[in-house]
Amino acid sequence: MNVEVTPLPGIGTRHDFVSRTGRRIGVITHRDGHFDLVVSRQDDPDSCVASIPLTVEESAALANLLGAPNLVAQLRDQAPGVSTRQLPIAPNSPYDGRTLGDTALRTRTAVSVVAVVRAGTVHPSPQPDFALGGGDLLVTVGTADGLAKAAEVLERG
Amino acid sequence: MHDSSISLIELGAVFFGLGVLGRLAWRIGVSPIPLYLIGGLAFGAGGLVPLEGIEGFTAIASEIGVVLLLLLLGLEYSAAELVTGLKRSWLAGVVDIVLNALPGAAVALWLGWGPVGALAMAGVTYISSSGIVAKVLGDLGRLGNRETPVVLSILVFEDLAMAVYLPILTALLAGATLLGGLTAVGVALVAVTVVLVVALRFGRYVSVLVDSPEPEVFLLRVLGAALLVAGLASQLQVSAAVGAFLLGIAISGSTAENATKLLEPLRDLFAAMFFVVFGLNTDPSSIPPVLGFAIALAVVTTATKIGTGWFAASRQGISTLGRARAGAALVARGEFSIVIAGLAVSAGAVDKQLAALATAYVLLMAILGPVAARVVEPVTRVFMGKPRPATA
Repeated sequence: MNVEVTPLPGIGTRHDFVSRTGRRIGVITHRDGHFDLVVSRQDDPDSCVASIPLTVEESAALANLLGAPNLVAQLRDQAPGVSTRQLPIAPNSPYDGRTLGDTALRTRTAVSVVAVVRAGTVHPSPQPDFALGGGDLLVTVGTADGLAKAAEVLERG
Repeated sequence: MHDSSISLIELGAVFFGLGVLGRLAWRIGVSPIPLYLIGGLAFGAGGLVPLEGIEGFTAIASEIGVVLLLLLLGLEYSAAELVTGLKRSWLAGVVDIVLNALPGAAVALWLGWGPVGALAMAGVTYISSSGIVAKVLGDLGRLGNRETPVVLSILVFEDLAMAVYLPILTALLAGATLLGGLTAVGVALVAVTVVLVVALRFGRYVSVLVDSPEPEVFLLRVLGAALLVAGLASQLQVSAAVGAFLLGIAISGSTAENATKLLEPLRDLFAAMFFVVFGLNTDPSSIPPVLGFAIALAVVTTATKIGTGWFAASRQGISTLGRARAGAALVARGEFSIVIAGLAVSAGAVDKQLAALATAYVLLMAILGPVAARVVEPVTRVFMGKPRPATA
């Protein structure tokens, strides 16, 4: 993949690349530190269908959202035999509003929770008193069986 | 005491009035510059409220306005950006000069304003308003477009051309001979080169000189340095504005960013004063006789700017729509056309009508520019026979 870097005099820098589907996707880094997410038009690749201003926090959140699958892929590469999965806490899950310790995942399934992704932010190495909420994504590591069981625990209690 | 209270009331009324006009301008999506000019025309001789007793302040405030306009323009760019911009866009830059300076010069000669008047009008029609262009590109979400770097590098080229042009114009306005003119060209070229080299190699030392963690100290230092350099440059006949511009280029990195943030409100204040003073000094009744020429120039130079942008974008392999957008983006003229006209008129070496023509022309172009940038896409699509797609 070829990420092109274009200076925009007086404004900042643009980094963009062409996706497999032919869309140009890029980020403009403004001098004052805020970002624009830009996506090209399909019929006119020179221009943008959207140019979305993002604050520093918002772009960090977006980067985390896009980076989460990457994190899992890295774990998989580093420890063969161990699987990783992202398990969601559904809004009606019995653990919505309870702590990570309450799930007793480690004792019941030998699965470790290495991170919780919430609203685009990764909370690494959560402690047992970490309060879970609907919509959280648990990044978990364990055996295939353990992970299947863990998914069931989180769903049913 | 009585005098100063009247002056305060008048100044307050002017600033408040400008505030109302500025708000109105951004609401309807145009630059406030034409409205400031109209405000100045209204307050001038024969206007609604003739202002007396604040000339001393407004004169120096408008001088500071020009210095700040150019200083902030210099702060926008790093020397490295100027050099790459120059390398990338020199041919388009030359086309830009030829196409857009000629109509202004031709009209000035036609009206019998002589070679110096022609040089001044050439500058007025040549230079796009980087302020309006950058704002419009941002507002329309075109910063990510492929043609945008082309547009920006033409602006960079134009601003550098200004650094060479202004000292020459200043020298000729002061009645310099051919030799004097050539000396001014030499001094200007040397000054620009020296500053670029210093800024590339030693920019951080210049920055350290004015930098301070205390906003108050920093503001005083940077403003003081700008006025000092501008004054010295003016004394050397190199034009105060260029001195400020070159200082702006030499200040780099985070110092430049902080300086921009601190100085922006000041620039807006003093630059508004500059446009008002220009309007004040222009007699509204002198506009109608030159209005026809202004309209003709507006039509011709809109076409030539679109041609310039089209040419520059096509050299970068950009498709038809992008070429049209690049051209339309460059149409707006504004602050620097008025800076040039202001220099020419205050020197008294050109016909008084030049101010009227420049005012009418900028009024048209500052409004036409943003409109052209907005409508270019649908219009081009109609010409290309492609309807606007329903989805992205």
